[in-house]
Amino acid sequence: MKELLDALSNPWPWYIVGPLIGLTVPLLLVLGNKSFGISSTLRHICAACVPMDIPFFQYPWRKEIWNLIFVAGIFIGAIIATTTLRSQEPIQVTDELRAELATYGITNMNGLVPTDLFNLHNLFTLKGFILMIVGGFLVGFGTRYAGGCTSGHAITGLSNLQWPSLIATICFMIGGIVVANFVLPYILRL
Amino acid sequence: MKTTGSETTKLSQGDNGDVQSLDRESQPILKAHSPLHYIQYILVGIFFGILLVKGEVISWFRIQEMFRFQSFHMYGVIGSAVLTGMISILLLKKFHVKALNGESMVFPVKKFSKGNIYGGLLFGFGWAMTGACPGPLYAQIGTGAVVVIFTLLSAIAGTWVYGLLQKKLPH
Repeated sequence: MKELLDALSNPWPWYIVGPLIGLTVPLLLVLGNKSFGISSTLRHICAACVPMDIPFFQYPWRKEIWNLIFVAGIFIGAIIATTTLRSQEPIQVTDELRAELATYGITNMNGLVPTDLFNLHNLFTLKGFILMIVGGFLVGFGTRYAGGCTSGHAITGLSNLQWPSLIATICFMIGGIVVANFVLPYILRL
Repeated sequence: MKTTGSETTKLSQGDNGDVQSLDRESQPILKAHSPLHYIQYILVGIFFGILLVKGEVISWFRIQEMFRFQSFHMYGVIGSAVLTGMISILLLKKFHVKALNGESMVFPVKKFSKGNIYGGLLFGFGWAMTGACPGPLYAQIGTGAVVVIFTLLSAIAGTWVYGLLQKKLPH
């Protein structure tokens, strides 16, 4: 049992994780005829908590409670993965990125989220505000405007050969490549 | 509460009104809505959350490497996930597999709108900044990065503002 836990505690390679993520699509279909897509949960939360009189939030969100329960599971799974299945090895960061980030003073690589950037104090600095609040806003606004995120478009949509999903996925990548390479360096220097 | 009431009436109405949606609800799968039924989704979620963390898919660093072409890891994850999903759907369709509740499977159809482009780009910007798409936001909080709660709240606000402006945006 201990050996199994040890084996599972090491970071899992992409060729294990990728196919298992892909299997989530048929699994949800078989279990309850549900489509795998996570950004919709943000909409359900709006519809449940602050629908106001906005037509976009007037729909039977209770039918989608399964999705909110699914993301609650993601949260619990992440806790399990960082406690019971905690890795003894440091997280993997390529030397290239490590050297680059060091020039911005980002050296703490103890967690999957860099605490040098994402911390409560930084929330009140321009840099942290842009990364966390503006970034988060763009994730919520952009995914709904695009009609899906990495799960709904890139995985489910492409799996079902939906060409609008291909366009959306290409745009996700273009947006990310532009910001990571040409905008983020300026933000990190703030 | 009001909505719950009207939903119950809807359920007992049988084949009146919106046939398509009622059809699903009025079948003897009512037990499918018992709390027990939801356990399977929390289990799949837990499994998925573990995958996201152990695969370092929610790592801000991995996302930067992906967008800077410094590592193959994320391309491997997404690529093999899509391939597996594609083969699965192909097989489910070919053998007309039914869902466990007896329903014919509904495969998500995505309609094109200009939002796929504009929204896609905006989400890409946010993905590079936060290092997270919506699923990973929930997972990052679970790994102890509590401050990400604010990023999640901001994402919810972003979705809300989209809902507010929807009619005014080009689609």
